[in-house]
Amino acid sequence: MNIRDMIDQNQRGNSIRRRIERLIPIFLTLIASLSVLTTIGIIWTLLFETVEFFKRVPFLDFFSGTVLKPLSQNPEFGVLPLLMGTVTSSLIAMAVAAPIGLMAAIYLSEYASPKLRRVVKPILELLAGVPTIVYGFFAFTFVTPLLREFIPSLQATNILSPGLVMGVMIIPMIASLSEDAMSSVPNAMREGAYGLGATKLEVTRKVVIPAALSGIIASFVLGISRAIGETMIVTIASGSTKNFTFDLTQSMQTMTAYIVEVTGGDAAAGSTVYYSLYAVAMTLFVLTLLMNLIARAVSKKFREEY
Amino acid sequence: MNQLSEKQHIRRMKRRLFLNRFSKSIFMLSAFFGLFFLAVLLVKVVSEGIGSVNFDFLTGKLSTQPERAGIMGAILGTFWLMLVVAPVTMFVGVCTAIYLEMYAKKGRLVSFIQTNISNLAGVPSIVYGILGLTVFVRVLDLGNIVLAGGLTMSLLILPIVIVASQEAIRSIPFFLSEAAYGLGATKWQTIQRIILPAALPGILTGAILSLSRAIGETAPLVVIGIPALLIPFPGSIMDRFTVLPMQIYYWTLDASLVAEYANLAAATIIVLLVALFVLNSTAIIIRNKFHRVF
Repeated sequence: MNIRDMIDQNQRGNSIRRRIERLIPIFLTLIASLSVLTTIGIIWTLLFETVEFFKRVPFLDFFSGTVLKPLSQNPEFGVLPLLMGTVTSSLIAMAVAAPIGLMAAIYLSEYASPKLRRVVKPILELLAGVPTIVYGFFAFTFVTPLLREFIPSLQATNILSPGLVMGVMIIPMIASLSEDAMSSVPNAMREGAYGLGATKLEVTRKVVIPAALSGIIASFVLGISRAIGETMIVTIASGSTKNFTFDLTQSMQTMTAYIVEVTGGDAAAGSTVYYSLYAVAMTLFVLTLLMNLIARAVSKKFREEY
Repeated sequence: MNQLSEKQHIRRMKRRLFLNRFSKSIFMLSAFFGLFFLAVLLVKVVSEGIGSVNFDFLTGKLSTQPERAGIMGAILGTFWLMLVVAPVTMFVGVCTAIYLEMYAKKGRLVSFIQTNISNLAGVPSIVYGILGLTVFVRVLDLGNIVLAGGLTMSLLILPIVIVASQEAIRSIPFFLSEAAYGLGATKWQTIQRIILPAALPGILTGAILSLSRAIGETAPLVVIGIPALLIPFPGSIMDRFTVLPMQIYYWTLDASLVAEYANLAAATIIVLLVALFVLNSTAIIIRNKFHRVF
């Protein structure tokens, strides 16, 4: 083979290679657009059926109705009982997760030795890796019977026990995000306060927490978003009674549990019940999206530059 | 300003120091509360379920009689589900990450896709279930088979895989690719032969962690309508199937009717947790063993 042939061969190889080089970015762009397609897919599926639902049930009736009886003779479609269940369970969860998560974050970031932190943090994150169905099982077969020892009026399915367990599930998320925010507060600020004679608690309360506040608030908002979207724990342990009440010992249904109930049942495609599924899912989607956007805005807007 | 007497000063100081010590112990209790809860949960599940875990239970078919019920179908279902989820998410996730990190010009489009991905990560899993139900089960008319469930799960964990792969690719220092360019390599050759192999441990770690998320996820599959009926063992991705979390779900729901179902649910949880534990340790081993600091 002479040199001329080798050059020719090389050129031929190059032209294929050049074509590959040109095709690869196009191909990758197509694949990357899948994530945008997913979003469009979610909005598209929810929007069409939701519009169909609001043709049948007036918008105001849906958002102001306190009665949800989708399968009765005269069906009523008020979303407030579901919102009530969702908000109540999320508030209970946050009442557990916010203080404990924050205090755990304070301990890990301010008090614990680096060695201890390296051990405790991953174990804490194991909690977040436990499947939610396992938490549901635990709430239903352990926490509820345990709580009934103290609150005899507690029903077998109630909103209190899944709320509490959901709170425990969210602790690692809040602890981890808040700890990140607090660890990124520069040491010079702490040292300034120590130099003035402050104790560790005072430094934490008056310097570190205010400085990390945006991150801490963002972690709380993300925690709420997580609680709103959580499904299996509430489906199993809070029952399916569409209650509009403040009584925590009662069974209440959340939006997510309603979706599970409707899809698990035999709601015929095209019935109003079927469309109500999408309206509720849309409400859920918008709520969690709002929370996520708020969390992002908070951590961006109030981020202090050091 | 009136000065404190020494006595007052000591009293105040003592109070401040006491508060400091006191709150320290409360903070410590909070940090260990989660661990305590995890321990209680594990003890409860193991004590209730370990009696039911035996060879017959692991290899048996589903049955309405608790003492004869087995979870082989759910184990196989989980296996087939992963056979769809793993390649799909790995491929799409890594390709998206390569595009975003290596090809896309930093600008509006990239930040739009990036925002979109992080928003997708915050969408509740049950909404993905509705997406899967509408698109894969109804519109594409796949029915509740492994493929439909797998694609739904892939969409759910895709944001996690993308972000993990992006971080892995970003951590590869620029001089490696510059050296490759300097030797005359093209961009794709550099990506293919230098960047991807170097980023592989990070990508694998992220992929395994997100797979373990998919294994434990229940809500989307409930919505898609995965049955826990007495269906034959799945043998391909076109078969109907059930998975371990679904089995736990149905047994927990029925535990108030048949008390033994609670034990079966607990036993299935043990199997599920062992599987997750194995996956997570694999991820940690990969991260520790193959992680290179440049």
